[in-house]
Amino acid sequence: MPQITYEGRSYVTEGDETVLDCLLRHGESVSYGCRAGACQSCLMQAVDGAPPSDSQKGLKDTQKFDRQFLACLCHPTTDLEVAIPGAAAKTYTSPVIDVERLNAEIARVRLGLPAGFKYRAGQFINIVAPGGVSRSYSLASVPDEDDYLELHVRRIPSGLVSGWIYDELKTNTELTISEAMGQCFYVPARNDQPLLLIGTGSGLAPLYGIARDALRQGHTGAIHLYHGSSNQDGIYYFEEMSALAEKHPHFNYTPTLSRPHELPKVASGRAHEIALQSLGALRGWRIYLCGHPEMVHGTKKQAFLAGAAMQDIYADPFTFVQHPPKAVG
Amino acid sequence: MSESLYEQLGGEAAVDAAVDIFYRKILGDTTLAPFFEGVDLDKQAAKQKAFLTMAFGGPNNYSGKDLTSAHAALVARGLNDSHVTAVLNHLMKTLQELKVPGYLVVEIMKIAESTRNAVLGR
Repeated sequence: MPQITYEGRSYVTEGDETVLDCLLRHGESVSYGCRAGACQSCLMQAVDGAPPSDSQKGLKDTQKFDRQFLACLCHPTTDLEVAIPGAAAKTYTSPVIDVERLNAEIARVRLGLPAGFKYRAGQFINIVAPGGVSRSYSLASVPDEDDYLELHVRRIPSGLVSGWIYDELKTNTELTISEAMGQCFYVPARNDQPLLLIGTGSGLAPLYGIARDALRQGHTGAIHLYHGSSNQDGIYYFEEMSALAEKHPHFNYTPTLSRPHELPKVASGRAHEIALQSLGALRGWRIYLCGHPEMVHGTKKQAFLAGAAMQDIYADPFTFVQHPPKAVG
Repeated sequence: MSESLYEQLGGEAAVDAAVDIFYRKILGDTTLAPFFEGVDLDKQAAKQKAFLTMAFGGPNNYSGKDLTSAHAALVARGLNDSHVTAVLNHLMKTLQELKVPGYLVVEIMKIAESTRNAVLGR
């Protein structure tokens, strides 16, 4: 019978029992609810071995790609090593290549790629600052395209970590970073699907990575990226984004400013409102949302009501934290 | 042995089709929307699926106690009979849109209606 390994302990399954039943029978405390594949409380990830596709019903494409599965539906056919997704994040050491202050609030940080570090464009890492405080920052770089990790850090007033990065971080400092996490990335399936990417502030970082990754992987459907800010400094990377749009006719870039302004080529209003108004029905679209938690939360709902399937709407969970212990960026 | 209600409806595929329509109706209902403020949509959709699986007579482990504790905070915020009725109406319209035969709609509505007191903590 197949063997299940969890936190270093291995158990042999009996009969046709599920991974959940096997773990519970051996006294492991793992969370579960409906035991029918509906509530997703027993979500796990195969770190070794492949879960049967029957156990991935209702999960997002990115979760299936990451070999996540529902333990209550999983009748293993081969040995599996399983874990709670994100429970035991590995750490790496990475040298700072450079810190460039793009404007008064956003710094671009480039880090060396640690040996063995794997990620997908759009995922995030945690950076540990002196004193042990850690914050999440999204990756703007693309594996196989960039030979460094790129982060966009928005200096938050009295922000412990963002202030330290913006004001003090120097080239060659050795940083402790976590492995890449999060389900907000491009999956190379249905490559003619229209994509909508909406970001505010440094929420552009993961979208810049996802858009370039999609283009690199031959996405043929239209890609619409809206980048919003309340002030002019927030509209950074204007040249880079415009160049991308110039090079790829099916990539559309719309920067937006919610405060009055006189910039040509910048739309007036909030990014998500402009996007939802100009695109109309979103049935069949794949959507990525990054940035201000209220924007992400509200737009997720509006995109769903406009016809997008829940499985096709991607946003990272830390953007939902009410009193953000983690910065979004 | 005759087919169970869940099997007659088409099992999980039927639940998936229904969740999509049902959840859009609920979120679009301005009298219900305040109860979904600040709620994570993905987790909520999973709960809707669990509820419909139960209403369709499918496999579930929910007890009245679960339903009561899950809704206690909402009851404190004013959730009452009118809201439960609104949800049940959305469910009925969803089933009609999916052209579920009337005699099965009656069965499903009976199960759904039976949760009312547990949801409202009575």
